[in-house]
Amino acid sequence: MRHQKLLTSRNYGKPYSYPMGIWFTLFFILPIGIIIAYSFMKKGLHGGVELQLTLDAYIQMINTSYGKLFVRTLVVTLISTVITIAISLPCGYAMARSKHQTILLFLIIIPFWTNSLIRINAWIAILGNEGFINETLKNLGLVRESLPLLYNQSAVILVLIYMYLPYAILPVFTAMDKFDFSLLEAARDLGATKSESMFKVLLPNVRSGVVTAIIFTFIPIFGAYTVPLLVGGKDSYMIGNVIVDQVTKVRNWPLASAFSMVITVLSTVGVLWMMGTSAREAARNKAAQVKQEIAV
Amino acid sequence: MSKTENSNLFSPFTSRLSKKNPSSEPARHAKRAYQNKNRVSLSNTVLTVAVAFLFLPLVVIVVYSFNSAKGMVWSGFSIGWYQKLFFGSDKLWSSFGNSLIIAFSSAFFSTVLGTLAAIGVNWYRFRGRLYIQTISFLPMVLPEVIIGISMLIFFSAINIPLGMVTIFIAHTTFCLPFVFLMVLARLDEFDFSIIEAAHDLGATEKQTLFRIIIPAIMPGILSGFLMAVTMSLEDFVITFFVSGPGSTTLPLYVFSMVRYGISPVINALSFIMILGTMLIAFVLRNFLKNIAASK
Repeated sequence: MRHQKLLTSRNYGKPYSYPMGIWFTLFFILPIGIIIAYSFMKKGLHGGVELQLTLDAYIQMINTSYGKLFVRTLVVTLISTVITIAISLPCGYAMARSKHQTILLFLIIIPFWTNSLIRINAWIAILGNEGFINETLKNLGLVRESLPLLYNQSAVILVLIYMYLPYAILPVFTAMDKFDFSLLEAARDLGATKSESMFKVLLPNVRSGVVTAIIFTFIPIFGAYTVPLLVGGKDSYMIGNVIVDQVTKVRNWPLASAFSMVITVLSTVGVLWMMGTSAREAARNKAAQVKQEIAV
Repeated sequence: MSKTENSNLFSPFTSRLSKKNPSSEPARHAKRAYQNKNRVSLSNTVLTVAVAFLFLPLVVIVVYSFNSAKGMVWSGFSIGWYQKLFFGSDKLWSSFGNSLIIAFSSAFFSTVLGTLAAIGVNWYRFRGRLYIQTISFLPMVLPEVIIGISMLIFFSAINIPLGMVTIFIAHTTFCLPFVFLMVLARLDEFDFSIIEAAHDLGATEKQTLFRIIIPAIMPGILSGFLMAVTMSLEDFVITFFVSGPGSTTLPLYVFSMVRYGISPVINALSFIMILGTMLIAFVLRNFLKNIAASK
């Protein structure tokens, strides 16, 4: 309503907002556009591309062993995301009901803001063959040989969960914080069981926060590069690593572009789908509310 | 809190009921209060474990940064690695200098662009508003690798040599959405009638902007700026692709340390960086308080 009133006074929207719009168009939309274009071109001899339309990159992507890579990336991403969200729900709940919210937020944010490489390095120092866990176990006489804790799939999943847990906790907390917890009491008074009040009252109300948490964990994990590179073995490479190898080592830019396209399209579709479902949900709730009001 | 109040409020009623059926209301309330307490403590346990999980690596790193030996076997307290960090790591400090230059320049630039855009999008309707809102959201959800690769390919397609300039452009691009959203959140609480009053009293748009809008949303602008500085200092993946020879930033240097041989100097550096993070977080504490308070 405020916006409508503004139209009567002078409209400064364009001079205010266009500089950022132009910046994004130049340095974000255009690069993505170039990637789209490159994915349909022929590989140049020394990197770069030849101006010739072809589907080579996509055919190469489907034909070779990359299918296995896609499946592995998807499985690792799904496992990490599910565990991360499962941990973040009780955490967000406990934080929202806590009296020490500021301190807790502080505690969650400090690791979140510590350089990611430093945190990965810390896990290497903990899990490595001469790492904290193995040295401690050896000192206690529990094992003789070092346990192979690092450079495998489980290490990748563990560190991925570690890296993205704050990304999940923060939006879940924000949503839970707005929830009126007396509604849970009301549900219980009306005869709902504990789990019913959680799943039918609390969860639908914090849905938007959970959706945001899923977006902020699933997509970056799907495109993970550093974690599989540094704590994974050769068999735990993910799509992100293959894209980088294709650009920097193999110099097959069309193939790298095609992979990037797949991730970009999947991310965008995922975000739109989730935004769509929550928007539909909101619309349905609103419609139900209006109907009720009319009925009353 | 509300639990006990409710039971007190209804106690005359419930006690009357309980005479007929001893195991009804009060007993059920008490049982549920007990269960509730249990449930909260279950989620509290998960939270405690999660915080411990988040801090465990940091604690291990900090403790072992004071270890006199190189490995993870404790062999005595020493500050040798800190001496080496401060007096024997010139390359590290020059990369930190690069990081600071990039962080402050790109944070400043993205704060200016983002703040202006937020003011425009929040209060005005114009052509391209939806487009600007949508593209300001996208860089936040795309994986960093994709942004990095697309920029690398873009810069080499238009023949811009990789270096400080390309890092600056990339960092401004990924910081912008966050500044934009933070300022937008702040503007939401701002009453537009103040601006109308200023206009009615004859203030020009420039005067209104610098004397009214910007001072009023300063907390939002500042937290956006600090967020941008932190994100720029922390970024590794995007910088990795758009940096060239001679433009090594601190995360790139740390990466080479992690990748090619672990030196405990990196543990000492980690502790310094964690302290720095806490300092920045402390500066932002008021902002966090606002989040916690604005229920």
